[in-house]
Amino acid sequence: MKLLIKNGHVVDPANKIDSDMDVLVENGKIQKVSKNIKADGAEIIDAKGKVVAPGLVDMHCHLREPGREDEETLLTASKAAVKGGFTSVCAMPNTTPPCDNQGVVGFISSEGKRIGLCNIYVAGTITKGRRGEELSEIGELKKAGVVALSDDGDSVDNSEIMRRALEYAGMFELPIIAHCEDKLLSKNGVMNEGFISTLLGLRGRPAISESIRVARELELCAMTKGRLHIAHVSTKRSVELIRDAKKRGINTTCETAPHYFTLTDEAVKTSGFDTNTKMNPPLRTIEDVEAVKQGLLDGTIDAIATDHAPHTEDEKDTDFDSAPFGIIGLETALSLAIMELIDKKVLKWPELIEKLSLNPSKITGLNKGRLSVEDDADIVIIDPDAKWQVTKKTIASKSKNTPFLGMTLKGAAVVTIREGKVVYVIPA
Amino acid sequence: MPKRIDWTRKDLLGLEDLSKEEIELILDTAESFKEVSERPVKKVPALRGKTVVNLFFESSTRTRTSFELAAKRLSADVLNIAMQTSSISKGETFKDTAKNIEAMRIDIIIMRHTASGAPHMLARSVKASVINAGDGSHEHPTQGLLDIFTMKQKRGEIKGLNVVIVGDITHSRVARSNIWGLIKLGAEVTVCGPKTLIPVEIEKLGVSVSHSLKDTIKNADVVNVLRIQHERQQGGLFPSIREYVNRFGINTEILEGAKKDLVIMHPGPINRGVELTPEVADGPYSVILDQVTNGVAVRMAVLYLVAQRKTNVQGIRGGMGR
Repeated sequence: MKLLIKNGHVVDPANKIDSDMDVLVENGKIQKVSKNIKADGAEIIDAKGKVVAPGLVDMHCHLREPGREDEETLLTASKAAVKGGFTSVCAMPNTTPPCDNQGVVGFISSEGKRIGLCNIYVAGTITKGRRGEELSEIGELKKAGVVALSDDGDSVDNSEIMRRALEYAGMFELPIIAHCEDKLLSKNGVMNEGFISTLLGLRGRPAISESIRVARELELCAMTKGRLHIAHVSTKRSVELIRDAKKRGINTTCETAPHYFTLTDEAVKTSGFDTNTKMNPPLRTIEDVEAVKQGLLDGTIDAIATDHAPHTEDEKDTDFDSAPFGIIGLETALSLAIMELIDKKVLKWPELIEKLSLNPSKITGLNKGRLSVEDDADIVIIDPDAKWQVTKKTIASKSKNTPFLGMTLKGAAVVTIREGKVVYVIPA
Repeated sequence: MPKRIDWTRKDLLGLEDLSKEEIELILDTAESFKEVSERPVKKVPALRGKTVVNLFFESSTRTRTSFELAAKRLSADVLNIAMQTSSISKGETFKDTAKNIEAMRIDIIIMRHTASGAPHMLARSVKASVINAGDGSHEHPTQGLLDIFTMKQKRGEIKGLNVVIVGDITHSRVARSNIWGLIKLGAEVTVCGPKTLIPVEIEKLGVSVSHSLKDTIKNADVVNVLRIQHERQQGGLFPSIREYVNRFGINTEILEGAKKDLVIMHPGPINRGVELTPEVADGPYSVILDQVTNGVAVRMAVLYLVAQRKTNVQGIRGGMGR
């Protein structure tokens, strides 16, 4: 089975390609990337005016199955992922039951394969049951195929346990995706602590509740020489700490999510307490947004991950204090990245593909994020100018909790290909 | 005569969005309604046939009674619904609440809720008018209005008036509504309390911040004293009531350094011996009972203005009892 993608602008930073090229796919693998490829009997996709890139990789998303199939299933999540241009995703382990054993990990992996749209990888928990008390059977989880460990949703409060986790996981070359939050400082906070929370009379989570824990994790990483990856960086101070740590040679990576370079805490006010502006970490100030963008620009922030967190309409249709934290993100990530980073000249295309595909692959040890010959043909064809309206109907995810509901976004995946098979085509 | 504008808003959710003219309209209208409560027959037909519901998700006797009196004196049919928020249900879906309200054809909802923004969310989903009777720590617009009405009554012009708000500012919707109304009318506002109970960046609203009651009370024309709210307090904000009283309690001694025509206000209920000593609460500076009387008039004004927005203005003028 041959597939020839012609006339597109290929962006493949791993191979330093950023020019008009053709891509030939055969038997699910990349066969050739060069100008003017001729291939008899190949199905042709004309990618004129489009960007052709390695399929996007989301290293941090919540797929809710098993346990909360009312919010999302692996099937609906897969549909949302490929619509967003993602060919690989890493499912976070805060499912019910959690991914602290081979059974649940195995179930998610095999379901993903059976559905066959995007690759679904799994992060295992750091501690048993995500309780923060005892290490998970990390060796067993590695055998079961996890690509990372995380207690995401929570931080490991016990510094001794986090130290031992970094040491132990290091033996298996598993990165620890650290959710950084000092729960006592952020207690009962529902948005960023700042002028807006003062105006709205809502309890705030101060920025230091994130940066204090980031500082701790960086110290532990320096000491243990384990593999640390800081999740959803949202504050200026966190970016500064990570930048400084990298300068000193500490082996850490980090990610941010699209809403942290797009929205500020003002959105809570201007939306009139829309609970789709409630997530953890919360939307921060403009200074934090600028710092996150700068962090992406200068390489302090390695990856963009969606932190896709589906919640049902009924769950979110309540007062701001009671509503659960989180927004979906698989389908809007690429558009927001194009609008806020490419169009505003923060990143060039090769840098963006690093953040959305190559680096997340490297961090989780996947052979993805590249269009090298013999690589799996995971490809996304992007129209940077395609406009689409975010509505309950157009959203493929089972849940519709996004602050961008009703808005028209620019930039979309038009074709998503996994292992040489087309798994998504944008509707006309 | 100041330019008289019309009231056009469906809801009264807070003072933040109101213009100076809208606030003055409410205060002028309240002035007219004060007289109704002095009559032997305390009734005008302005809201006859209208259904008004007190939808309280947080318990309150004083505010609810005040609104109930106001609505009944305007001849409305009044219903009190106390919504129990149990530990099992994490929160009502507004969709269900809104649908039930529409089904019962309610005209005006007076809503109090523990969460900031709850009335705003409901107001979006219903045709009925929503009056915010207090949402979390966000706003309590009718309290702000009656406080300002009382200040005007006792001290004249609000412009240039030196008003000090004392207490737990962080958790106070009364403080926020007061600040909005007073700033718009040109008062000089100072918030005074322990550093742990003053919210971050509040100076950006144009208020001064003080942690010394003794210093600020010297130049104050009005002191609005807030309750120390045990139920809203989170751990670590102040060590003890005793210590709070020592630094921020108002007693006759601290009043010796104050202006002779100082006005002392309190939204109630008073913690006697905490925010105020009994002597101060019952003393000559205190106008706390005037606040209660004015509260009914202000609430009548708000209900009237919001109701007459929907019906013919001409028809209602007759309903004023003139």
